[in-house]
Amino acid sequence: MAMPPDSTTLVLAAISAWLLIGALGIAALRKLRFVSRVLFPAGAAVGVGLAVAAFVAIGAPPQVAVLPLGLPDLPFHVRVDALSAYFLVLLGAAGAAISWFSAGYFRSSEGTPPGLICFQYHVFLAAMAFVLIADDAYAFMVAWEAMALASYFLVTTEHRIPEIRRAGFLYLLIAHVGAIAILLCFGVLQGGGGDYTFGAMRAVTLPAAWASVAFFLALFGFGAKAGLLPLHVWLPEAHPAAPSPVSALMSGVMLKTAIYGLLRVAFDLLHLQLWWWGAIALSLGLVTALFGVIFAAAQTDMKRLLAYSSIENIGIIVAGIGLAILYKAYDKPLLAAIALTAVLYHALNHAFFKSLLFLATGSVLHATKERSLGRLGGLIHRMPWVAWLALVGTLAIAGLPPLNGFVSEWLLLQAFLFTPTLPQSFVNMLVSIAAAALVLAAALAAYVMVKFYGVVFLGRPREPSLAYAKDAGKYERAALAALALGCVLLGVFPGVVIGALDPVNLLLVGHSTGEAAGDWLLLAPFGEDRSSYSAVIVLVVIVAVVLVTMQVVHRYYHGRVRHADPWDCGHPLQTPRMQDTAEGFGQPVRQVFEPFFRIERHLPSPFDDKPRYWLKPSDPWWHWIYLPIARAAEFAARFVGLIQQGRISVYLTYSFVTLLALLFFVR
Amino acid sequence: MTAAALLSQFVQLALALALAPLLVGWVNQCRAWLSNRSAPPLTLPYRTIRKLFMKDAVVASNASPLFRLTPYVVFGAMCCAAAIVPSLATDLPFALAADAIALVGLFALARVFIALAAMDIGTAFGTLGARREMFVGFLAEPALLMVLFTASLISGSTSLPSIVDTLAHRELAIYPSLALAGVAFTMVSLAENARIPVDNPATHLELTMIHEAMLLEYSARHLALIEWASALKLFNYSCIGLALFFPFGIAQGSDDWLAIALAVPVLVAKLAAGGFALAVIETASAKMRIFRAPEFLGTAFLLAVLAMLVRLLLGS
Amino acid sequence: MATLPLYAQFINLLAALLLLLSFAMLAQRRVLSLIDLFAAQGLALAASTAIVAYGTGQHHLYWSAGLTLILKVFLLPWILYRLIRKLDVKWDVEGLINVPTTMLIGIVLVVFAFNLAAPISQLASTVTRATLGIAMACVMLSFLMMITRRKAIPQVIGFLSMENGLFFAATSATYGMPMVVELGIALDVLVGVLILGVFFFQIREQFDSLDLRHLEKLKEGE
Repeated sequence: MAMPPDSTTLVLAAISAWLLIGALGIAALRKLRFVSRVLFPAGAAVGVGLAVAAFVAIGAPPQVAVLPLGLPDLPFHVRVDALSAYFLVLLGAAGAAISWFSAGYFRSSEGTPPGLICFQYHVFLAAMAFVLIADDAYAFMVAWEAMALASYFLVTTEHRIPEIRRAGFLYLLIAHVGAIAILLCFGVLQGGGGDYTFGAMRAVTLPAAWASVAFFLALFGFGAKAGLLPLHVWLPEAHPAAPSPVSALMSGVMLKTAIYGLLRVAFDLLHLQLWWWGAIALSLGLVTALFGVIFAAAQTDMKRLLAYSSIENIGIIVAGIGLAILYKAYDKPLLAAIALTAVLYHALNHAFFKSLLFLATGSVLHATKERSLGRLGGLIHRMPWVAWLALVGTLAIAGLPPLNGFVSEWLLLQAFLFTPTLPQSFVNMLVSIAAAALVLAAALAAYVMVKFYGVVFLGRPREPSLAYAKDAGKYERAALAALALGCVLLGVFPGVVIGALDPVNLLLVGHSTGEAAGDWLLLAPFGEDRSSYSAVIVLVVIVAVVLVTMQVVHRYYHGRVRHADPWDCGHPLQTPRMQDTAEGFGQPVRQVFEPFFRIERHLPSPFDDKPRYWLKPSDPWWHWIYLPIARAAEFAARFVGLIQQGRISVYLTYSFVTLLALLFFVR
Repeated sequence: MTAAALLSQFVQLALALALAPLLVGWVNQCRAWLSNRSAPPLTLPYRTIRKLFMKDAVVASNASPLFRLTPYVVFGAMCCAAAIVPSLATDLPFALAADAIALVGLFALARVFIALAAMDIGTAFGTLGARREMFVGFLAEPALLMVLFTASLISGSTSLPSIVDTLAHRELAIYPSLALAGVAFTMVSLAENARIPVDNPATHLELTMIHEAMLLEYSARHLALIEWASALKLFNYSCIGLALFFPFGIAQGSDDWLAIALAVPVLVAKLAAGGFALAVIETASAKMRIFRAPEFLGTAFLLAVLAMLVRLLLGS
Repeated sequence: MATLPLYAQFINLLAALLLLLSFAMLAQRRVLSLIDLFAAQGLALAASTAIVAYGTGQHHLYWSAGLTLILKVFLLPWILYRLIRKLDVKWDVEGLINVPTTMLIGIVLVVFAFNLAAPISQLASTVTRATLGIAMACVMLSFLMMITRRKAIPQVIGFLSMENGLFFAATSATYGMPMVVELGIALDVLVGVLILGVFFFQIREQFDSLDLRHLEKLKEGE
């Protein structure tokens, strides 16, 4: 038996290992040292193993297995194909780094015992992995719910704080609204055959109308998990509430399971794609992206800011999916493959840089006990490790060459730009306007990230207590460094990843991006004469110019430096509070997009000797959708409340009447 | 990629580095003439840069290494950009590594670094400048990209040399979309190079500064590098504009050294005309309030989008 | 793509210029600049008509080009200038919606117009048919300008520039209308402006302002 174990076995082994680690966590409920020094690192090792096994499996043919679990005649089916494997790589790699970080992060002071956190955390990981390999609707929904529940408990780790309980409840509510839509979607997909395995769904050919219903149910359901408009409201609430590694895991990985689900339904389970699905997904994605980034610019809480930035990135990803559907529907497989490559690449990139930034905020939070941007600043001096590693993430998320965020945006723009004239002129114009919107969102993202980084890490400390902030411990540093390295490598060697993505493209759109795209040095999906990009060369040239300039300047002139106080512009009293606050830095964007905001302003009184101006932008969607729904529900409830009498005999009468009515009808 | 191509690449980069301060000097001279002042010498920017290199750098005591690294990064990014933009010949090996989108990315890289460095010291004016710079940037960058997209829709390529090849060496055709894009590009270049009506490069009033406010803390060699990088940025933008809208005179290929040698005076003449036009625009217009800037740049962005739509509709 | 004859390319260029001017008018805040822009639009129109006439050999178009030139570049702007001087109105044009939003709506209208024109221009047989979309966009943008402006004079300019758009549409789709119709329209426009001029004086007499919000008071029951 020299055969290597097949990929399903390996993935299942990883899942079992995570569950086992979780169980051990329960056994060692309050042994912080054991949990953080043994169990979390072990989880990280499992993650690395999973990533490696899944990376091998991307190129392999699909593997299936039936588990002797589940209901008696409804076993769990699992399947590892290229798409699952790709997302498993994402999960394993990002999960490993986050686990390693968690080893140094969790302290005994969290509201929940460390062993329990360890249990919930690893169940969460295992459930996400199981979502990715489930091959029937039943297993998928069980894993999906396990994922939602585990993450709910993780979000409410500090459940003694009422706002956190509220945020957790909101998350759970929207997750379940989404889950219902997904369930209905599977109901439509099985096409009346009663067989809920994905294999059976692939075999069913749905009429266009039902396929559309299924697609939009999936878009709604998975959109709720991913944070698409208007179901995004839980993200900015849940992320600040959750401990940072959990935020990182949710934002970096869990949102991607929703993207996985959408891709699975739209390209694998459904056979036809209609162009207007693509147009709608494209528009929705771009509106989400613009909304997310505009609101991110106005935020004053660092984790909330990152949460809105996640909404933006998810919007870009969904827009890319819409574009891929559009091209697939118009039978342009190469363009569809490139759009899809951009989507998958951006999902991976986002997993890396967003995890990195969330973890960095975790370190900042631990060091300063402060989440509000208005009370931070100057941390690059106190926490150089975190600051410099976070700089990599900041530059990457701002979409700057030669890091990874730029690569996926570049690919997506290429897919937008090389639209050969599509049959409908309307769609043509939509695509070009969409490209403009995408570029605008990307440029705003740079604004947001400069604000984030500048206010947190640069400048002078806004509070005296920040002088005692300590840099992160060695576990945290190592995890941040790993993620930052991932950002750089993904940015500098995109050809390797894109080459590995070929099987996924073949699976989903039936076309690969071709030879030209997979060169390690040069990225040229349409051929060198049309467009090409090489991050390696850009990086090398910039670094070379920087080094040569430094040498030349220092040799021919000198390197003398004198230190002095900052120039005060003739105004002797310059305090750290004169720097821009987060509110101040976001002000231009707020002013430009004034009509979209609902802002609660607090103007200090002129007699206040420690005045502090703050404002709280509230999400307009609350006022547009959620509050009306809540009011309607309350209104309806008042009528229902009329039947509440409080006397047992009345209730018994209700039951009796119901029984009689049922007997009458069922007769 | 041949040795000749590499050589022409280096010649072009060296020419950009050498000519960039001259262009700034020329624009300043024209501005002075147009406003009836006696003009500073043409070589003043060179002397300023040299003088700054000689001085001791004064760095704020709470500056982080990021602050001292930034001038080099900005300079490096601008050099990279100068290596992509075809000013003399279209055979640029480095342009394979970075196309028009990457060019905009390089500009953004420089902008982000300089804004971060401005926030590093933690003075009121530094953060104000950083905020305004990013504010101008987030509207100007998409507009620039849309202009480049319009050009690349015409040529079917995002690689700048092939765009220029297509525009310069094809039978004469007028592209209305390029006319719209040209207007948008002019507006963007004014904003991006800190020119009137969006910013004023000569201002010494802190409240109205954008670009200069970010540089308040810089001195000596750091300031010299940033000034040089700004000059390179102006040079790059001018060359992009000339290459897209007046592409004649740029040599095709790198074997024909005569053509490249001929391209140098043509380039200088075109830059002189462009610089004069810039000075005219600057002299004739007044600086806007900062909150009129989004209107100005929003218009540029929409015009660029319009150019793309016109290109799609008319196919021209 | 087969390259168009040079004159057709020039017409395309002028069409783009017309569109550009329409947007500029939409964004313009000052009445006097608005009139200048209007005159420029008339000039572009006259030039394009003359080029169409040259390129297609439709000689009656020379006449309409000349008519456009005289009427829209010299006469009407002159009348408007005089009106403004006499009325001594405020220079700044107030808009109902802010400029960026107006521009965004404008882009949407352009997309709409281009799509609307696509099937029609396939029916037309002229070389210049592709510019029909631009002409329609100009009409719509002028309409938008009339809607978003509060003062009377910009509204009149919007009206006139709408007529420019219509004229351009006619030229590009069918090489112009019959001469009689064109003369009639020209006369209409001229008389319209004269009458509106009289109206301006009346409106100002009544309300001491040219702000058209005051007309809202004219409805019954208040």
